[in-house]
Amino acid sequence: MKTEKLKYERPAIRKMNTGLMNKFGTRTEYAPFTHIDGVSVKELINKYGSPCFVISERTIRKTYQNAVRAFKTRYPKVQFAWSYKTNYIDAVCNVFHQEGSWAEVVSIFEYTKAIENGVPGNKIIFNGPEKTKADLQVALENNSYIHIDHFDELYDLIELTQELKKTAKVAIRVNMDTGVYPMWDRFGFNYESGQAWNAINKIMASEYLEMVGLHCHIGTFMLDPNAYAVAASKLSDLAVNIKYVFNKTIQYLDLGGGFPSANTLRGAYLPGPDMIPSIDEFAEVITNTILNYGFKKEDLPLLILETGRAMIDDAGYLLGSVIANKRLSDGRRATIMDFGVNILFTAFWYEHKITPAQEFSSHTEDMVIYGPLCMNIDVVRSSVTLPALNKGDHVVVHKVGAYNMTQWMQFIAMRPKVTLIDTNGNSHIIRENETLKTITEPERMPDHLKTFNL
Amino acid sequence: MKINSNLAVSDSGFIFNPSNGDSFSTNAVGADIIRLMKEGKSLNEIKKEISAKYEVEPGAFEKDYEDFISQLQDHFLVSHV
Repeated sequence: MKTEKLKYERPAIRKMNTGLMNKFGTRTEYAPFTHIDGVSVKELINKYGSPCFVISERTIRKTYQNAVRAFKTRYPKVQFAWSYKTNYIDAVCNVFHQEGSWAEVVSIFEYTKAIENGVPGNKIIFNGPEKTKADLQVALENNSYIHIDHFDELYDLIELTQELKKTAKVAIRVNMDTGVYPMWDRFGFNYESGQAWNAINKIMASEYLEMVGLHCHIGTFMLDPNAYAVAASKLSDLAVNIKYVFNKTIQYLDLGGGFPSANTLRGAYLPGPDMIPSIDEFAEVITNTILNYGFKKEDLPLLILETGRAMIDDAGYLLGSVIANKRLSDGRRATIMDFGVNILFTAFWYEHKITPAQEFSSHTEDMVIYGPLCMNIDVVRSSVTLPALNKGDHVVVHKVGAYNMTQWMQFIAMRPKVTLIDTNGNSHIIRENETLKTITEPERMPDHLKTFNL
Repeated sequence: MKINSNLAVSDSGFIFNPSNGDSFSTNAVGADIIRLMKEGKSLNEIKKEISAKYEVEPGAFEKDYEDFISQLQDHFLVSHV
């Protein structure tokens, strides 16, 4: 009779220390993460290769519906707009559009993507500091909401609308002191200095600009809901003053985004899920502030939200494999993965949760997780407690849905496939992996460099 | 390479070094290696026993074994004979 061999785990030893400051410091995962929405991680890697991104459609819809519930149960008029820059893979955008999200874009590239996805022009919010006159004309012709960022843009738009004799629906982006630093005053017009009011006066005086909204975006990964109360109050103040001075009702207040996801920021003492306020806490302060501000019932503005990270981060996973194990000169364990900061850009500011995708023992080691790049800064986790991982073992990196698939770098290695698991548990490729052709196709070789002799 | 003979090793992989009071924990493969070393087995014998008991190629195990020995050295648990 043949006896089954035991599963091998490379031998490891750890010194026991007592009296450490943080008794939770070396805790690791208790269970392997073997399935995403019922689909085996191993099968996904066999089918799509390693590394590969996986997006859970079910999680996107659940997260979105929860955010909508948080706001709509507290305020009568709410509209979400999907922040394209957070993840502009078309399939991801379309999940949000199916759920009812408009599009919020910050460049003509993103704008065109939204149009090609079928978003009606009048449901696109065009933000951002770079809008050429040609870009503005496209937005104007499509009847999109143009959020003006600076006076140069305002003057361009005044000129353009006069030339075309067409009215533009505009809002201004307002920056302000909300008690959170650094203050994002590089975008929009300042509230405290009167710059925002000055811009409003110019818009109200121009023949072809219709002031329809007010916009702000006070920061990113905001941990204090009260900052939004300040922002909502300052936007409401401008709206009420516009009504008083010009007898013009502002149609919407756009509070932007910046809500955090449950990731753990580098250097944070507590893990993300223990630290971040829930979406309900943000909804509570924002809606209370606007409702209590003193708008007449018929003047109550539509509340627009452009939150990106908090909508998509949880839905994204990165699957990867161990390339090698080594020991550093100071005795620390180093594990080299087949994914690095080139595709996991957020590793620069998050301590990403990484879980083995197969059974492991309770024995753990403190280790550095490196990526595959021949570049010293390619560190995914500088210190993490994980079980002994063997070459070829698979891991799952959690909460990577925001920014990684837009800010990733084509550097040294190709970018991998992005897949989506639909609500029925079927997997689909939503972005193919890059090939050599993807990189070399736009390159051009001058004739004199076409040949060489070595 | 010889493991310190006075080490106390439990079945569950708990190791106590009575000469300085240090304690360690190791996983199942680590505990087996230490037990075999205490029995005075050579590398080849250890390799044979481990690859018979666990799902591992002898070549792959040898690399891990060398790494494990270097960890034991770091913790002063082995001595050069």
